[in-house]
Amino acid sequence: MTDRSSPILEMKGITKRFPGVLANDNVDFDVYPGEVHTLLGENGAGKSTLVKILYGLYPADEGEVLIDGEVVSLDSPTDAIEHGVGMIHQHFMLVPTLTVAENVSLGLKSSRGALTDLKAVSERILELSNEYGLDLDPSAVVWQLSVGERQRVEIIKALYRDARLLILDEPTAVLTPQEVDQLFVTLRKLTDDGRGLIFISHKLHEVLALSTRITVLRRGAVTGQIPVEGATRESLANMMVGRAVKLTPDKLPAEPGEIALKVQDLIVMGDRGVIAVDGLNLSVRRGEILGIAGVSGNGQRELAETIAGLRQSESGTIEVAGIDVTGARPRKIRDAGLAYVPEERMREGAIGDFTVWENLLLIDYSSPEYLRSGFFKFGAIKEHSQDLVDTFDIRTPSLETSCGSLSGGNIQKVIMARELSSSPTVLVASQPTRGVDIGAAEYIHRRLIDTRNELTDAEFIHAKLIEHRNACTAILMISEDLDEIFGLSDRVAVIYEGKIMGIVDPETATREEVGLMMAGITTTNA
Amino acid sequence: MGEVFTAAVLVAVVASAIRLAVPLLLASLGETFGQRSGVLNLGVDGIMLLGAFAGYYAVLKTGNVWLGLLAGAIVGLFLGLASSFIAVTLKAEQGISGIGVYLFGLGMSDLLFQKLVGTPIPINTFPKVDIPILSDIPYLGPMFFQHSTVVYLAFAAIPVSTFIINRTTFGMNIRAVGEYPEAADTLGVSVAGTRWAAETIGGTLAGIAGGVLAISLGIFQQNLTNGAGFIAIALVYFGAFTPLGIMWGALLFGAINALVLELKTLEIIPRDLSNLAAMAPAIITILALAVVARRIRAPAALTKPFTRGH
Repeated sequence: MTDRSSPILEMKGITKRFPGVLANDNVDFDVYPGEVHTLLGENGAGKSTLVKILYGLYPADEGEVLIDGEVVSLDSPTDAIEHGVGMIHQHFMLVPTLTVAENVSLGLKSSRGALTDLKAVSERILELSNEYGLDLDPSAVVWQLSVGERQRVEIIKALYRDARLLILDEPTAVLTPQEVDQLFVTLRKLTDDGRGLIFISHKLHEVLALSTRITVLRRGAVTGQIPVEGATRESLANMMVGRAVKLTPDKLPAEPGEIALKVQDLIVMGDRGVIAVDGLNLSVRRGEILGIAGVSGNGQRELAETIAGLRQSESGTIEVAGIDVTGARPRKIRDAGLAYVPEERMREGAIGDFTVWENLLLIDYSSPEYLRSGFFKFGAIKEHSQDLVDTFDIRTPSLETSCGSLSGGNIQKVIMARELSSSPTVLVASQPTRGVDIGAAEYIHRRLIDTRNELTDAEFIHAKLIEHRNACTAILMISEDLDEIFGLSDRVAVIYEGKIMGIVDPETATREEVGLMMAGITTTNA
Repeated sequence: MGEVFTAAVLVAVVASAIRLAVPLLLASLGETFGQRSGVLNLGVDGIMLLGAFAGYYAVLKTGNVWLGLLAGAIVGLFLGLASSFIAVTLKAEQGISGIGVYLFGLGMSDLLFQKLVGTPIPINTFPKVDIPILSDIPYLGPMFFQHSTVVYLAFAAIPVSTFIINRTTFGMNIRAVGEYPEAADTLGVSVAGTRWAAETIGGTLAGIAGGVLAISLGIFQQNLTNGAGFIAIALVYFGAFTPLGIMWGALLFGAINALVLELKTLEIIPRDLSNLAAMAPAIITILALAVVARRIRAPAALTKPFTRGH
């Protein structure tokens, strides 16, 4: 592909309105051959809307899209594909029960008429995978593939359709650092070929490593379009949020107390009947945060669920505050002093159809403070809820608003408020800020650290209200976000295939070291 | 008991099991297409009933069983199109809209029968076609090779369905939209079009199944199917959404039915217990389902309407 001086894509004056929201506000955006143009912004800033318009999934209300200098109408993904646009979706658009070759050939004309031509497709897949270093078995069924492999299928799918413009929607969110490196090598080969890439991410160091240019969106509008040279994480974050943002939270050195959570030789089966947690040992002391780093699917979810009593273990013991809670019911474990912020916010953490106050009351509903002879004491409940809403800065029109209509960050704050309001001895927090905006994430981080040091105003008042609770919390934080792991943890444990590969000090460990452990490789000096 | 299961009885039971399996097999194969594409059609029994009446009436008027089959197919086609419109285009709740189709078919088939026919008049049934040479094999011949053409065609439909589902682009599209329609949509596969086609195939086969039932019996009456359409839906699960698995389910059900009928004829089951015995096939099917269905994974998008961008 030849001429690199004229853009492949120009989007001019794109405006898209959803009921009550201006998702894209007169956005201009273009991509030249051979460049990586990054779209950066918080959740709801309009990045996804913009690329969905480009991919024919939404019609734009205003504005025009030009490809190779000509105005095109993109009414469906088919139109987009015909114009050479390919998209690597954040949630893989792969049919899990079909093979790689079937997934790639889906929607294409077959050379054998009504019959599938999987042989020819497989050959072409192998050619492409050799050319771009995307190792794949065309006959493998997709559900058996790792996340990294699935992403390769997505890229092959786009290349197979000869995409000259590739949209990558948060492609690194699910990968290990090593897989990210490998992906970036592939992506650079694609730009060397003269393809244009649209990269969507909120991981600032990746954006800086890969991009040629960066366009920042906030509330649907472009707030800056800059070349990568001279950009810094701080300057980008400030453009995203519209004010100065502190990316790494301040924290005082930990003063660990006695062991509050102890997991010994834990073995747990996953949903598919294979061992998910495989003889795992860990302990968390009061007043410390133990971060669990790892690629998703290595037993984190099963570990958290088992500690919370939502899943039965095969063997091993779990102690919360010195009490053996192995196999106990969730309520008993809570009574022992455990609070739990689950990974699946909407499925397990909150009830979307319930109001904010109902969600805040989900644990304490039967406490005599809020219930008398089977009737809610609404006065006390409202007071308590309003208190939590203020303390945790929950942005909600009212206490009666249904929780499901709040933003992801605010739903998470509702859950955090509810869980921390009991001043637990142990808090297990899974993916506490996944999908939460930087602004909201900042607040949740601060809250975790405040609780640990047990010094904040509102938290202190709560602790006073519930006097018998011990204040110094042991926190087990499970996260796939290394920034979060390094920013918050006092110790970092890396999980791989259900085992702890090692525990490192985040002050001295490097990302590479942790990344290797996440891939199951133990470094000699770790 | 020893002398009851003579070779002649066994041959009769197997032959009758195969015959009885055919309407279930056809309806269930059709339903498989729909369900693999993500559409559950609970109205199968209603379509079968109207197909049965149409088939009966056409044979009554023309004397030609093949025109009867065609009439069943046409009625099934239109009801399949209507079901598609309701489930795919209007995105109705599939667990409920199908019940409407069923009740429509149940009532309408009886109404038409009362208005147009009134008293049950027997009609021509399918002629038996002995397959040369094979039908002369002792025991096996009468069991497998002395049936009517529709029986052979119905069993031929099994490998054909398997081939369509697994080896054609249409079949691949069906599997894709039943599992993850969003993915199919982003690649330009028409989710609605594929589902309309699959669901209409299902309706057509249900109509044919009804026609086969009525013409095989040579009679029509109110609620002729006696819930066969619902058994057909259950067989889709039982057969793990594969034509071959469905065949085994249909044969099992046919065999139990045939056995009960035979035992009644031989008066081994007392007359006053025969109603109870008639329930045996349904009960055994439900038990078999309960055991088998635990290990079966339904298409992920089954009963879920698709809207782009959601």
